[in-house]
Amino acid sequence: MKSFLESEFTVVRDEERCIRCKVCVNQCAYETHCYDAEDDRILSKDENCVNCHRCVIFCPTHAIRIEQNVTGYTQNSNWSREAIVALKKQAEYGGILITGMGCDKPNFTYWDRLLLDASQVTNPSIDPLREPMEIKTFLGSKPDRIELEEVDDDVVLQTKLSPQLVCEAPILFSALSYGAVSFNVHTALAKAATEFGTYMNTGEGGLDERLYKYGDHIIVQVASGRFGVHPGYLDVGAAVEIKIGQGAKPGIGGHLPGEKVTEDISRTRMIPVGTDALSPAPQHDIYSIEDLRQLIYALKEATDYTKPISVKIAAVHNSAAIASGMVRAGADIIAIDGVRGATGSAPKVIRDNVGIPIELALASVDQRLRDEGIRNHASVIVAGGIKSSADVIKAIALGADAVYVGTAALVAMGCTLCQKCHTGKCPWGIATSDPWLTKRLNPDIATRRLTNLLRAWSLEIKEMMGGMGINAVESLRGNRMRLRGVGLTDTELKILGVKMAGD
Amino acid sequence: MTEESLSSAIRNRINMKDGIVHVDAGGLHYKDLNTILRTLGNPVPIVHIENVYGQRYIGTDLSNNMEIHICGTPGNDVAAFLDGSTIIVHGNAQDGVGNTMNRGRVIVHGRAGDIVGHSMRGGEVYIREDVGYRCGIHMKEFEGKKPLIVVGGTGQDYLGEYMAGGTLIVLGLKMGSKPIHHARFLGTGMHGGVIYLRGEAVHTSKEVQIKPLDESDYKILRRDVEAFCKEFEIQPEPIMECEFTKLIPASKRPYGNLYVY
Ligand code: SF4
Ligand code: SF4
Repeated sequence: MKSFLESEFTVVRDEERCIRCKVCVNQCAYETHCYDAEDDRILSKDENCVNCHRCVIFCPTHAIRIEQNVTGYTQNSNWSREAIVALKKQAEYGGILITGMGCDKPNFTYWDRLLLDASQVTNPSIDPLREPMEIKTFLGSKPDRIELEEVDDDVVLQTKLSPQLVCEAPILFSALSYGAVSFNVHTALAKAATEFGTYMNTGEGGLDERLYKYGDHIIVQVASGRFGVHPGYLDVGAAVEIKIGQGAKPGIGGHLPGEKVTEDISRTRMIPVGTDALSPAPQHDIYSIEDLRQLIYALKEATDYTKPISVKIAAVHNSAAIASGMVRAGADIIAIDGVRGATGSAPKVIRDNVGIPIELALASVDQRLRDEGIRNHASVIVAGGIKSSADVIKAIALGADAVYVGTAALVAMGCTLCQKCHTGKCPWGIATSDPWLTKRLNPDIATRRLTNLLRAWSLEIKEMMGGMGINAVESLRGNRMRLRGVGLTDTELKILGVKMAGD
Repeated sequence: MTEESLSSAIRNRINMKDGIVHVDAGGLHYKDLNTILRTLGNPVPIVHIENVYGQRYIGTDLSNNMEIHICGTPGNDVAAFLDGSTIIVHGNAQDGVGNTMNRGRVIVHGRAGDIVGHSMRGGEVYIREDVGYRCGIHMKEFEGKKPLIVVGGTGQDYLGEYMAGGTLIVLGLKMGSKPIHHARFLGTGMHGGVIYLRGEAVHTSKEVQIKPLDESDYKILRRDVEAFCKEFEIQPEPIMECEFTKLIPASKRPYGNLYVY
């Protein structure tokens, strides 16, 4: 069948600058560039280009520019280029369209319509350069009250505290499963989490034994496929997370195609090389809150009550009621992933149309747990579209204990959001298990990029807190009075629990 | 942990007789029961847990080499994440027997509920009578680890769902010499491993194919059926006289052609 699809991008090469070094030829994972020896020229097949910028960055003479294909269809507000391309692809292949990364639609972000407060005249701001600022965060169940006893002039805590994760800043790395990302990415995340004092999350693909030494800074995930889940894996992590859902694809499972299941990945997932790793949509032992409780307590039993158990869900319409059930089921941490949460591979139709924005889910979950008097029983981590320190601090003011960052961490390591993770050919060596490509990501350099990012955000968070006259992140948590909305309807303001700017 | 570290209330539940440790589980919380099992550890090979009334998670994550007899009815998730040890249930078991187990043996002298061997990766599970829905769901094998489930009775729908490895044998012993297994959607999403049914299936999913058994299949079957028979003191020969059906995945990648990249 003749394809009616056009190239999405155009490669523009400045012939004057090009020195025929062939770096672009070697760097492109999609075989876009080739060298024509006869004419001594580099040629490009535009139709292969995914706009990953690999050649743009690596061209020593900056000779390459990638443009959106300017040959647009006739202007039409209803039938966008995206809609037309999707139709043509489906007409040609007859299958579910797959994509990578998070929802790219506008209008789902509320962070940018929320503004932070600052101290002026009536209360002093604090200078974080001169005064201590506490952003250390403890994640886990907190007691309703604590009992102290005086013993020989000393005060001794009598209440037995639940296990806690201790983060130097309220930022953790989101679940990125080995197989979806490379070993080097897992290594960099684990090292950065250890160096900085936070946590990475294995995702559902298990943990390579070479990384067990970072276990104190790793949250191990248990998902429906139970890949790589065995007693040693549960023992090594600092916490265990039950994955019910993920923001990019609420309600569905995942299929890691057999060709990505290489030797190493097979060892970690504990399945034979080359077989599809199918994660069923539901956990087949969880059909109710009561069943969830059963798995939570099975994991508590398996880890002898020494680790917090987290439960991760996608933000959906009735998240607040579900969250209440999760807390009552015994979760020490609940993680909620909003509609903008990313993935290595998901049906595009689901990524872009299912779930709700994390800001709204967070506001209603936090409120519900407060109303029911159980907010202290679990910490809340939010995920799905946290792209700056401002988003982190707004999330905390809205009621989160901490955030998970996935996409932001990948961008720090080199990702350019080309949304082609599902092809397994990530040109930045991130979302791939191809040895030729994984070599591109040096774990030590990536670790530095990640710790730099965490440091930068921490400094910014402290600056913003100081400006508000707050010196401990605890005082900001759920402090919605320090937020104001712009461009929001009354209903939106009501759900977010914030006032309109000016009010 | 040592036995001394247990509270006296729990310690009173333990009683040693003829080299066998007896634990009275009546009214005991599963947490305390598992604490006892973990505490006993290696030097104590045989444990009898008596008066079990529905406690969940018995034997979760046990990695030593005990032989644990459960007298009564254990609750859900018996032997979850098991990593060694043998657990023998003298009675019926409920849902989640051997959930995500890695190693060890589970023997049930009765029936078992849903999702027997959910995601198990290694070890053996023998159920004397029937099992509920989704038996063997997502069991998988890896290198030296090859899980085995043998069911003496029959199973409910979605037997072997999402199966990715291992062996699931269903004998239908109470169904005469030509059992017809009525479970529907057998092997839905199956992409690895093998199911042997004594007799025939009425409703298999489109992801499985029925294959004739060859000599190597019979070798496996004879070995595993004999192991089953030994546990329950049954004669293996008459069982093997019947014809078996072999189900294997139609493809290693049942959902490979649904997507456009
Ligand atoms: S796919 Fe990436 S490396 Fe290849 S031509 Fe396009 S931008 Fe350059
Ligand atoms: S991880 Fe790689 S493939 Fe995925 S969006 Fe980023 S650059 Fe593209």
